[in-house]
Amino acid sequence: MVNIEKEKKDNIHIIRVSGEVDAGSSIHLDNAFKEGMEAGESHIAVDLTNLAYISSAGLGVFVSYLDEFELKKIKLVLFGVQETVRQVFDILGLEKLITIAESEEQAIEKLNG
Amino acid sequence: MGKSIVIVCAKDELTKIRQFVADELDRHKIPDLQAHKLVLAVDEVCANLIIHANNCDPVNKIELDLEFSPKQIIFTFRDKGVGFDINQYESPSMDELISTRRQGGLGLLLVKRIMDKIEFSTEKNYNICRLVKTIA
Repeated sequence: MVNIEKEKKDNIHIIRVSGEVDAGSSIHLDNAFKEGMEAGESHIAVDLTNLAYISSAGLGVFVSYLDEFELKKIKLVLFGVQETVRQVFDILGLEKLITIAESEEQAIEKLNG
Repeated sequence: MGKSIVIVCAKDELTKIRQFVADELDRHKIPDLQAHKLVLAVDEVCANLIIHANNCDPVNKIELDLEFSPKQIIFTFRDKGVGFDINQYESPSMDELISTRRQGGLGLLLVKRIMDKIEFSTEKNYNICRLVKTIA
């Protein structure tokens, strides 16, 4: 099961993802991104502190938005990635394509930088 | 003797299969980081079998057997859906996935990068997929 909460901090749209994202639940992550896009958000931080598991379905959601984000100059930063989840990003080389910050503060700095 | 589990072809069964594999790996003292990767590979193969080979039809079933030996772990999947040999599948490149904004295609790439050997065969109407992981 995945739980997704959204929050606005100044100009930054924060999506907090907790639980497990798999082939059955990745749709919720996709919806959160879609809503952010539709609301015209340009600075998106994704909090993965409480994300215990992500499969390719969830990683695919991130990848599928990269092109559109670049085109629309939308900034995306992930933070709080657990070591077990981080290694999955590394296996696919996603850390080279997506900015990953250590903490929420660092993510906000990167988005405002 | 190995341990087995049978699930029906529905996406919400994935949680059950992950828990089963995680428990078995924990019982055999496989370190957390490696266990997480193996659970992921099993989840990816199961998701593929559920969605693509069996069209999410809960009448169909998938059986998974786990076999532990001192040097390797073997995960064997048996199902009666549309046969699919992972070795014959060419994963799309990351550039291609990004430019086409596709969400699928990463799963089997993960399986290939995590496992040491993947075998596919058919036997009496069953598709058999074996994933082998060498352990130190």
